[in-house]
Amino acid sequence: MEAIVALAIGVLTGSGIWLLLRPRTFQVIMGLSLLSYAVNLFIFSTGGLRTGAAPIIERGAAGSLAQYADPTPQALVLTAIVISFATTALFLVVLLAARGLTGTDHVDGRERDR
Amino acid sequence: MISWMDHLTIAPIVIPLLAGTLMILIGERRRGLNAALGLTSAIALLILAAMLLWMADSADNTAVRTYRLGNWPSLFAIVLVLDRLSALMLLLTSVLGVAALVFSLARWHRVGAHFHPLFQFQLMGLNGAFLTGDLFNLFVFFEVMLAASYGLALHGSGALRVRAGLHYIIINLTASLLFLIGVSVIYGIAGTLNMADLAERIPALAAEDRALVETGAAILGVALLIKTAMWPLGFWLPTTYAAASAPAAAILSILSKVGIYAVLRLWLLLFGDAAGASAGVGGFWLLIGGLLTIAFGSVALLATQNTARLAGATVLVSSGTLLAAIGAGQVAVTGGALFYLVSSVLAIASFFLLIELIERGRDLGADVLAVTREAFGEGDDEDLDEGEEVGVAIPATTAILGMSFMGCALVLSGLPPLSGFLAKFAILAPLFGQSVSSLSATTWALLAALVVSGMATIIAMTRAGIDAFWVSSDGTVPRVRLTEIGPVVGLLALGVALAVKPAPVLQYMQATAQSLHAPQDYVRGVLPGRELPPPTAGGAR
Repeated sequence: MEAIVALAIGVLTGSGIWLLLRPRTFQVIMGLSLLSYAVNLFIFSTGGLRTGAAPIIERGAAGSLAQYADPTPQALVLTAIVISFATTALFLVVLLAARGLTGTDHVDGRERDR
Repeated sequence: MISWMDHLTIAPIVIPLLAGTLMILIGERRRGLNAALGLTSAIALLILAAMLLWMADSADNTAVRTYRLGNWPSLFAIVLVLDRLSALMLLLTSVLGVAALVFSLARWHRVGAHFHPLFQFQLMGLNGAFLTGDLFNLFVFFEVMLAASYGLALHGSGALRVRAGLHYIIINLTASLLFLIGVSVIYGIAGTLNMADLAERIPALAAEDRALVETGAAILGVALLIKTAMWPLGFWLPTTYAAASAPAAAILSILSKVGIYAVLRLWLLLFGDAAGASAGVGGFWLLIGGLLTIAFGSVALLATQNTARLAGATVLVSSGTLLAAIGAGQVAVTGGALFYLVSSVLAIASFFLLIELIERGRDLGADVLAVTREAFGEGDDEDLDEGEEVGVAIPATTAILGMSFMGCALVLSGLPPLSGFLAKFAILAPLFGQSVSSLSATTWALLAALVVSGMATIIAMTRAGIDAFWVSSDGTVPRVRLTEIGPVVGLLALGVALAVKPAPVLQYMQATAQSLHAPQDYVRGVLPGRELPPPTAGGAR
């Protein structure tokens, strides 16, 4: 499972960075979204990957990280998702404003001379 | 046990939050009410910050006050920590807040929607970032602060602002992702996000984990240094700040110092002398990065032809100076750096406000023309009617603007009468306390950087001043209201006050630096008793 998650994070990050470096604003916003997915998965994986584990320890059971899922990274991911969702929406508005004001979707607001 | 005094610690976050929310409910139409509410909140914050500073500095109790939300034990609660450094930054923020808000009431708050709520949320994010005691809430408050700053940077709209704002937002969103990666790597290894707890755990880390934590901290550091605009990471700053409206730029000038605050807090807490094998990790790079930033800022100062970009370049120089001084890693130097931080932030903020007043009435591109003319030696044929102009009294407005400009130039370049000189002296004097032969190359480099950047500032500011005040060809005097020049003069007057009575301030800064370099009090204050349960039992409660 670790290998699959690691590969997924790697592929998402790679694609995200590639798109982030592209000159069109739409590509940039896609890149930022992919990067934030990768980061969210990464945060989630810092709590350890295991299936079927509850975040709350049963009564009488000895507390050990091997038996339960760490709830903190899950809470962090939730916060990070909300924040990245909001900032992406905000960025989308600015992107549209820039398109309207400059008449181009280039990130610099003007086409490069060819 | 908790008296009402303890609740004051959270008030700097709650007051602007409530004020901002109320403004949204009141609606954009009733601008007068919004403005009154905003001003009340800003002044309340100022009084509150002064009280908190006094509380943090009073000797009769521990220097650190902790506020645990919901009264949970410190390890589980969201903690707010008030110590000397946070109190100082809160006061600085609220001073800038009042000045920028008063300035905006003359004109700027009318040029776009939702200026007042955004301003309040900006203050809330800043205050929260200064008060929080754990890494993840630092992230959350950074995001609050940044989201509000996106709105403020775009305030007034226009193609130029939107274009600069687009870059600003992309860069900061990427930095936030780096911030998250850094925080989660640290959490994954050390198992906590509480700063005080982290400081206790880092010395005890196994050698193979240490490299990973340091990597996480480095990634976190990159995110913070992007906000600070360290050299290879700071190309966004002059464009964004120059494009922002004047009051927004004034409040943005402390935004770049939030990165400095976080570096100061985290680096000295987590990787201070007590950190065992990790002590001082990355300090060398802070010093080098700071020096390079000063160099880049100086070149930018000399190269720029636009007064607003000039102010952006002074922000770069001040960030670089602070980073280099912090990177030197000595208690007394850090104290001097804190003094420099206060003095330079006040001067830069008033400079941003002042520029807008000076530029008023000048046609676009006049700066470029002036410099071009200078370079090519054209247009220096004297006016024929020069004789008639002799003896014309300088209008009072121009005189005040000119004096303020001179004040800004003196503080920013670090020339003697004002606080800028004392600040640079306070950074350099401890470095040269030892005999000259034992000085390292980096100390000499820091000295050279400070002197050269000061000179570059003088040259650039003199040129800008001549263009603004002496070459004014059309002779129109800018119309300025009292509420606009008031904040500028007020901020500069604080700089003068710092120069007239520096002793108590410097004492406070030295005490702050001492507690930053010896964070035992901080850890003890946040985690009283310090009986740390093993991390596994922690989750079981």
